[in-house]
Amino acid sequence: MSKRLFVKGNEAAAMGAVEAGCRYYFGYPITPQSDIPEYLSRELPKLDGEFIQAESEIGAINMLLGASACGRRAMTSSSSPGISLKQEGISYMAGAELPGVIINISRSGPGLGGIDASQADYFQAVKGGGHGGYHIPVLAPNSVQEMYDLTMHAFDLADLYRTPVMLLGDSVIGQMKEALVPNPRPVRELPEKSWAVRGKSNAEQRVVKSLFLGDGELEAHNWHLHAKYQVMKEKECISEEYETADADLLVVGFGSVSRIAHTAVAMAREAGLKAGLFRPVTLFPFPEQALQKAAARAGKVLVVELNTGQMVEDVRLSVAGAAKVSFYGRPPGAGSLPSPEELFEVIRKQYDQAS
Amino acid sequence: MRNDVLIAGFGGQGVLLAGNLLSYAAIDEGKNVSYFPAYGVEKRGGSATCTVVIADGAVGSPVVGQPSTLVVLNQASLDRFGARVRPNGICIVNSSLVDCSTLNRDDIRVVKVPMNEIATELGDLRMVNMVAMGAYVALTGVVDMTSLAAGLEQVLPERNHRFIPANLKAIEAGAQAALR
Amino acid sequence: MQQVFRRPESLKDVQTHFCPGCHHGTIHRLVADAMDHFGVQQRTIGVASVGCSVFLYGYFDIDVVEAPHGRAPAVATGVKRARPDSFVFTYQGDGDLAAIGTAEIIHAANRGEDITVIFVNNTTYGMTGGQMAPTTLVGQKTSTSPYGRDKSKDGSPIRMAELLAQLGGVAFSARVAVDSPKHVLEAKKVIREAFGFQVEGKGFSFVEVLSACPTNWGMTPLAATARIGAEMIPYFPLGVFKKEENA
Repeated sequence: MSKRLFVKGNEAAAMGAVEAGCRYYFGYPITPQSDIPEYLSRELPKLDGEFIQAESEIGAINMLLGASACGRRAMTSSSSPGISLKQEGISYMAGAELPGVIINISRSGPGLGGIDASQADYFQAVKGGGHGGYHIPVLAPNSVQEMYDLTMHAFDLADLYRTPVMLLGDSVIGQMKEALVPNPRPVRELPEKSWAVRGKSNAEQRVVKSLFLGDGELEAHNWHLHAKYQVMKEKECISEEYETADADLLVVGFGSVSRIAHTAVAMAREAGLKAGLFRPVTLFPFPEQALQKAAARAGKVLVVELNTGQMVEDVRLSVAGAAKVSFYGRPPGAGSLPSPEELFEVIRKQYDQAS
Repeated sequence: MRNDVLIAGFGGQGVLLAGNLLSYAAIDEGKNVSYFPAYGVEKRGGSATCTVVIADGAVGSPVVGQPSTLVVLNQASLDRFGARVRPNGICIVNSSLVDCSTLNRDDIRVVKVPMNEIATELGDLRMVNMVAMGAYVALTGVVDMTSLAAGLEQVLPERNHRFIPANLKAIEAGAQAALR
Repeated sequence: MQQVFRRPESLKDVQTHFCPGCHHGTIHRLVADAMDHFGVQQRTIGVASVGCSVFLYGYFDIDVVEAPHGRAPAVATGVKRARPDSFVFTYQGDGDLAAIGTAEIIHAANRGEDITVIFVNNTTYGMTGGQMAPTTLVGQKTSTSPYGRDKSKDGSPIRMAELLAQLGGVAFSARVAVDSPKHVLEAKKVIREAFGFQVEGKGFSFVEVLSACPTNWGMTPLAATARIGAEMIPYFPLGVFKKEENA
């Protein structure tokens, strides 16, 4: 086993990218994710890679588009306001079917908002944040180890499905330090990038584009993208469960909130309440079936988010009436991060109401 | 075992370094640790807090509402977090700077350590964080004192390793003051 | 019999979609000629922009990446950094480069990216139907400046070639026109020179080409071509504004 390091979540993601073979990074400084560009500005030159501090988030995502069009593993990272600026490029990449990894260590909003932990960008991340009706896989790590592991996974998903992939965290996950075991990159068979531009080299011309003007061309392209999303839904859902086997209340939370809820559920168990925790790891594709099963078994669902209610909509769609769904959330901002004690009280009240 | 502590002070008191030191010590002992810092938007002079959770099993929440131990290095931190200490918990106070008369808690143990005086006596006020960690580890036994010593080598940059002996003295002095 | 004229290797044998009298076709040919001259076709990656020139890949027989509106210099940066051995050029119009893409062109130029930018200035947005561009001349009527461009409200036309020449990373910056055989020959020479800068790894090179848009100007091809000399060149002087071997 590799040595246990003690690093920030942001650094772990940067390390995961390097281990995944990413040698191209383009970014623009923004709190609370600047550890990522800082780490890569130091490490990539040593690996013959390229680091560019771009003129803007727009510049950065388009440099990513260019490097990715050449078939290289490339990444950018930012935080909410910067991710808004990147949406144009993400839409183009989704349209042109270009892989690439985008890390969003999201912060509170709207507007300039604040730098505190936030889950208010759930909709933007999973519903296609730019124009044109696309989706990208969204992974929500909840530990430093997962920042590393899921970043590597993100690169594989990106290449496998020819799509941008987003890692969605917040300042809790990005700024906290935990032990990290830097495992080597898993071996996964990936398709050859026979679409990447390289200079014709006396072979067929290659074009990377998202413009389709011919009769029926764009419709066919969109059906093709849609089919990919269906395959992702079948094959790429990841979720985690804690104490759900006999639970009569299923708490659902992702990312940082799932960590807080984990302790709240443990407190509930100590108090004799049969609560359990369901944690979607992939937010797109959303683990509908696993959630449906766990929810139907418990009969009652409590969704907890650091916003005023976003993922709860996907939970309701997944549960499809098989359980009663209630919601507890707080809009992100200084001092609004719920504590385990606070969530425990929310859980306890659910039982009070029932009795 | 699951132990949590909230360390709070103002920027420059070494709050984050103290939390890191404790974390490294626990990691060396093979425990699971989460270290969660929080600080103001400004880079200097604002408040600084960090939460360290140490557990044999899953750490769970890196965020803690009612810490079992609170270490406060300045008055503002006591005023802000004093009421949050878990019943039967410990509040370790830098009595050089903090007046505890406003803290109306008879359900927790308050340990006063004149951290500034001790650090200054040992030659450097900046070691106030080491005094605090010595007191905390002595009172809770969360990690071994020897692990704390080993942690110094990892948390301090190479160029500051020459200060390790002085820091160890400060840790020791903090421990003695807390147990007195 | 001696062959004195032929289609460049780098151009496909297809008809263009450009309007009668449009100069894009001429400029495409000059760019292809420069590629042939240096023998870089097989290692060229073109970056297409948004506007009338978006169909670059339909006319040039080279690999192409299509960029979002204005972002071609950023995309080209990513391409060139990822494949430093490739020959990379962008081909952008005035709305694309001098309005929505100002940040990208300034910073790619200032970083001294080893790419070539062909900038087609026809004082209007062609594809969207003749709206006012940052290069529209003062007094010029367009579909969004129906009373003529008003300097006090709309500002003055931007001279990109001169502006970019100020930047440290720029090795070569020039403006040419294709309104007469003489100018076309000069333009051919200058575009070759710009490409040569990249071929020799000497840094960022930029060529602005004054071009006609008869359709949106509401002119015959001949009148439109005449306008370049009469109205554009007096404001947008031709010439090489920077030539620095070690930018």
